[in-house]
Amino acid sequence: MFKGTAVTIALSLALLGGNLAQAASEFNPQISLILDGRYTHYNNESDYELPGFMLGGEAGRGEKGFALGHNELVLSANIDDLYYGKMTTVLADHDGATEVELEEAYIETLGLGSGASIRAGRFFSGIGYLNGQHPHSWDFADAPLIYRGLFGEALRDDGVQLSWVAPSHLYLKLGAELTRGAQFPAGGAANDGAGATAAFLKLGGDVGASHSWQLGLSHWSARIEGRRSAGHSHDGGATAIPAFSGESAISGIDAVWKWAPNGNAGTRNLKLQAEYFVRDEEGTVVMDDGSVAPESSRYDGRQSGWYAQTVYQFMPRWRVGLRYDQLGSDNNVPDPVVRAESGLDDEGQHPRRTTLMLDYSRSEYSRIRLQYAQDESYADNDNALTLQYTMSLGSHGAHRF
Amino acid sequence: MRRLFTLFGALWLLAVASPAAARLNLFACEPEWAALAAELGGERVTLYSATTARQDPHHIQARPSLIAQVRRADLVICSGAELEVGWLPLLLRQAGSPKVLPGRPGHFEASAFVERLEIPQQLDRAMGDLHASGNPHVHLDPRRLAQIATALTQRLAALDPNHADHYHQRQHDFGQRWQQALSRWEQRAAPLRGVRAVVHHKDWVYLFDWLGMVEAGTLEPKPGLPTSVGHLAALRRELAREPAQMILHTAYQNGRAAQRLAQMNGSTVVELPYTVGGSERAGDLFALFDETIERLLAARQ
Ligand SMILES: [Zn+2]
Repeated sequence: MFKGTAVTIALSLALLGGNLAQAASEFNPQISLILDGRYTHYNNESDYELPGFMLGGEAGRGEKGFALGHNELVLSANIDDLYYGKMTTVLADHDGATEVELEEAYIETLGLGSGASIRAGRFFSGIGYLNGQHPHSWDFADAPLIYRGLFGEALRDDGVQLSWVAPSHLYLKLGAELTRGAQFPAGGAANDGAGATAAFLKLGGDVGASHSWQLGLSHWSARIEGRRSAGHSHDGGATAIPAFSGESAISGIDAVWKWAPNGNAGTRNLKLQAEYFVRDEEGTVVMDDGSVAPESSRYDGRQSGWYAQTVYQFMPRWRVGLRYDQLGSDNNVPDPVVRAESGLDDEGQHPRRTTLMLDYSRSEYSRIRLQYAQDESYADNDNALTLQYTMSLGSHGAHRF
Repeated sequence: MRRLFTLFGALWLLAVASPAAARLNLFACEPEWAALAAELGGERVTLYSATTARQDPHHIQARPSLIAQVRRADLVICSGAELEVGWLPLLLRQAGSPKVLPGRPGHFEASAFVERLEIPQQLDRAMGDLHASGNPHVHLDPRRLAQIATALTQRLAALDPNHADHYHQRQHDFGQRWQQALSRWEQRAAPLRGVRAVVHHKDWVYLFDWLGMVEAGTLEPKPGLPTSVGHLAALRRELAREPAQMILHTAYQNGRAAQRLAQMNGSTVVELPYTVGGSERAGDLFALFDETIERLLAARQ
């Protein structure tokens, strides 16, 4: 009797052992952890700014010295045969306290049929090329200046997205989003909490076995009620926070071209990528300094910018990259105090930056990167050097385009 | 005007109401499954192969053209066992086409229909990029391929029931030719039994299982990791004790590591087609095995 039980237990343990390996990979949900840390060196001591842009979101040049980047915990799984769900939490230090930020939390239909999908929750907008990608899959340690200037890093919001893939040989995807409009670069959750809309079109295909491409067009617009940006003072006095209310619209175009000999990216491959965005805004800027009658001004402006980058893998594991960024603005703010303190004065500058990077990936789960940037994005020109690691643990990362 | 309407109406009816006239759109993850589907489907199917023999099926990007093709597909045929884990789930999610999702009739995983080898007891990334459901490179054992052909025929017949006879007829014909070829190959390959070979990646487990060959080591230090100098040196020491006659790699792998080891220990480097299209001669499944066996025999001498 005892012997029989022991055998049964041993047998089920053995079976369990055999299934364990399988269970781990098909584990529901899939978990992955992204570890990102860096050492950055630059000389500039002044507050970060991009002349002509009211900065918000996570826009900044990062901390000097040793610092953590985006450390993320990602859980995702097919919920049932109709839904997929994903949640990304970012752990970050703010003033000595560790905060958990919900970066993404959405569900998505797996097949409504006819190429349509609906996504709902908090997600990165489908506009642009880089916008939907997580920082750990970027080819450089930081976001392009135009993403920093317009989106604060990336555009994400709470709402719904409807997309449709055409049944054609040429890849054609259309998408539309209706979102809350509370997060930068929107603000105030206007229109009863449905204050922002976006639309995008993507086309793509192959040219022979070695080349593939994608082209995208995007548009975003929002009604904004009191979007607060980082203020900056030039005289060292108390900083007033600029708050914008009005209409805002962003249009963009993005293009990506990839090459790999015979479509085999293992040894050598090349990626070319460029994006252009332009934003038009019209409304009022109030300099909130806590007083009863804060300074305010009408504001009618346009900011635009582009970047182009190329990344070349010249041998297995090793890649080099070059990126050029440039911004420009044309803002009409009649009140000179508001113009100066809101950041909307371009100070005669055309922010620009040239970045070089070299990275080494031991496997597809780990990457060490060295990056040098000649940063002329604001008055004090600077050279920035970054040494970064990005590693992922857990479930298999996807090879997205 | 009315005539124009009638014409459009007729065209629309032709396109919508008579699926019998429409051919099945098949999306094959790898060329071997496209080749098998061509044998079984003939003129009833339209084929698209997501990869070529020059591409590493472990590492494919979910590029726009592939999403468009999955969107159009009636049936997705893949190796499964996590070979395509880095790209297929993304394609399926992006295409928004429910009929080809796992578990649906439009989704066929070849490795699910055969006994798989090398199912790991323990998973740890330090051991490399392991396939948790066992080795997925199942097509290189023609006996297993025959089992998969049977399963695929049933699937095609279920998806296109009006032409079930067509698929069964073709399978019968294919099966007979395959059995004849199988005994020819087994006879021809008899001298390969017990031959030791170093492999680049564990692509050949099922071929070795069939032919009785022995894997003497891998050029990858861990599955999915590129060769290192240190690993090659260790491998050379091992081979000095127990030599291997040949070093195998595929068309999609860089042959340089194999050449380097061959220079050190004098064994022969063999590039095998691995899949259909992997060499000039390997134009279909029969030629793939003909070529594989001939190249192995040539290297043995
Ligand atoms: Zn493999």
